[in-house]
Amino acid sequence: MFILKLVLRNTFRHTLRTSLTILSIIIALVAFGLLRTVINSWYAGVDASSASRLVTRNAISLMFPLPLSYRDKIRAVDGVKTVSYGNWFGGIYKDRKNFFANFAVDPKTYFQLNNEFMLTPEEHDAFIRDRKGFVAGRKLAKKFGWKIGDSVPLEGTIFPGSWEFVLRGIYKGKEKNTDESLFFFHWEYLNETLRKTMPLRADKVGFYMVGVKDPARAVDVTVAIDRIFKNSLAETLTETEKAFQLSFISMSEAVIIAIRLVSLVVIIIIMAVAANTMAMTVRERTREYAVFKTLGFGAFRITAMIFGESLLITMTGCVLGIVLTYPAAGAFGRALGDYFPIFVVDNNIFTVYVGASLLVGVTAAVLPAWKAIRITIAEGLRRIE
Amino acid sequence: MRDMERKGPIVEIRNISKSYRRDSQNIPVLEDITFDIGEGEFLALMGPSGSGKSTLLNLIAGLDRPDSGTIRVGGVDIASLSESGLARWRASHVGFIFQFYNLVPVLTAFENVELPLLLSGLSRRDRREHVDMALGLVNLSDRMDHYPSQLSGGQQQRVAIARAVVTDPAILVADEPTGDLDRVSAEDVLGLMDRLNRELGKTIILVTHDPLAAGRARMTRHLVKGVLT
Repeated sequence: MFILKLVLRNTFRHTLRTSLTILSIIIALVAFGLLRTVINSWYAGVDASSASRLVTRNAISLMFPLPLSYRDKIRAVDGVKTVSYGNWFGGIYKDRKNFFANFAVDPKTYFQLNNEFMLTPEEHDAFIRDRKGFVAGRKLAKKFGWKIGDSVPLEGTIFPGSWEFVLRGIYKGKEKNTDESLFFFHWEYLNETLRKTMPLRADKVGFYMVGVKDPARAVDVTVAIDRIFKNSLAETLTETEKAFQLSFISMSEAVIIAIRLVSLVVIIIIMAVAANTMAMTVRERTREYAVFKTLGFGAFRITAMIFGESLLITMTGCVLGIVLTYPAAGAFGRALGDYFPIFVVDNNIFTVYVGASLLVGVTAAVLPAWKAIRITIAEGLRRIE
Repeated sequence: MRDMERKGPIVEIRNISKSYRRDSQNIPVLEDITFDIGEGEFLALMGPSGSGKSTLLNLIAGLDRPDSGTIRVGGVDIASLSESGLARWRASHVGFIFQFYNLVPVLTAFENVELPLLLSGLSRRDRREHVDMALGLVNLSDRMDHYPSQLSGGQQQRVAIARAVVTDPAILVADEPTGDLDRVSAEDVLGLMDRLNRELGKTIILVTHDPLAAGRARMTRHLVKGVLT
């Protein structure tokens, strides 16, 4: 009890120093949490992917399209339940800064296959009926203040021209990690226009999305689809939706590794800050520890004082770091929502906070405690504070 | 209260030597010291700086160990005790008074005096009684909730004296206890030590440069270059 009282009072003996140390721990932990959440948000698409969906694309690159005629051949493969398709449109709403992903999709099959995008039957029907209609995620509609019936123009980049759409539905995400910032419109609207303006680019799709009857047979189906188009002008590469998403992430692998490294460096920095504080503290109190030893306090109690103080500082930083991570992540998510539509703090990260804080607290105290125990009483009493 | 009575030696020092190493050099501090200190004695150890006074005091109080020779205090060969054994022995047999008081700044006067009792196994109530008595002895009962920074130098030294006597040790060692005090406060502290010796029969070993402080002792020994005269 006495040791606890002493630890508490000693910790706040130099209020400014302790506060700054705690502040640096908070900043470091929150930075660590945000960096880890950035990585998680990168993988959000992977986590949200379904085991019963496959993606078929051109084997050369996603940049190259596939003929629409492949649809019926894929549908005929044993084990295939549904086939949908679409194109990455790459349209811009008013300004390049207003980035969001927009796709031309088959309205009937796409929402049937991607049931995590929840539309009311009325909205789905309205979308199907209107060839210029589009569906937006709840987050996206809220961001731009779109309401059902609003006309929204997009400026085409891959498919040049000015494109007009009417909002017919706002989908909600079924899961926490469902992206609610997407924009879907009729593939037919795109194709009809291309037939008139760029006939060579018409009747081609960017990707097929394939629903399988039995996820356990997904690999067999991927092999079967690719076998059909072997040695054709447009060979296919079919993979599970998860593998497809991971292939996207692999393009940014160097960045992800860099972020992981930086998040580890952050932990090393707070270790150095806490160790510096404890080293200064113990050096200043060398004579005081000698007095404790003189009065009969042994190595165990002296060690408990030093470790207690170090752990109190790091754990205070940890608790405040946990509390502040949510508002910090909220602000970060709002500011960079265009790039990280799913920016949700994983609660498991707090286990890392606690582990890192304990590790830093113990590591920072080891050397100072060893020095405090090792110094003789006579030598300690001679030290001038 | 006990009347002072002369008994046999409480401290028996036989042929002790002590040297320190500085870089690669061996610097002798004490050489072949032999003497006794009687129980209830008030001894002043005087000598110039670097003569080994504080080193001798540290050896008697079990804060340091001699290179050779034996020190028996109250019949116990303290040099033969283990570190933890020596710590326990110090806690129950020796009270310490330092030049710079060495109070813990984050503890009140009461808590500072209570410190040595925390290792004694006494109940909280018993500890409070002892602390009240010790602070009463140094006339600081009304300052028990004050932190060291709220006390004058003389008052801090009186708290340190209360801390030294709270476990009722047989021996009090004081290293320049008036070195950092003004004349009035120094007189106050020396008067208090005199009372502890006369009325409570404490054996006091005082290291000092100050002839006036040494004048309060009943016996004075001089150390010159590590040799007792």
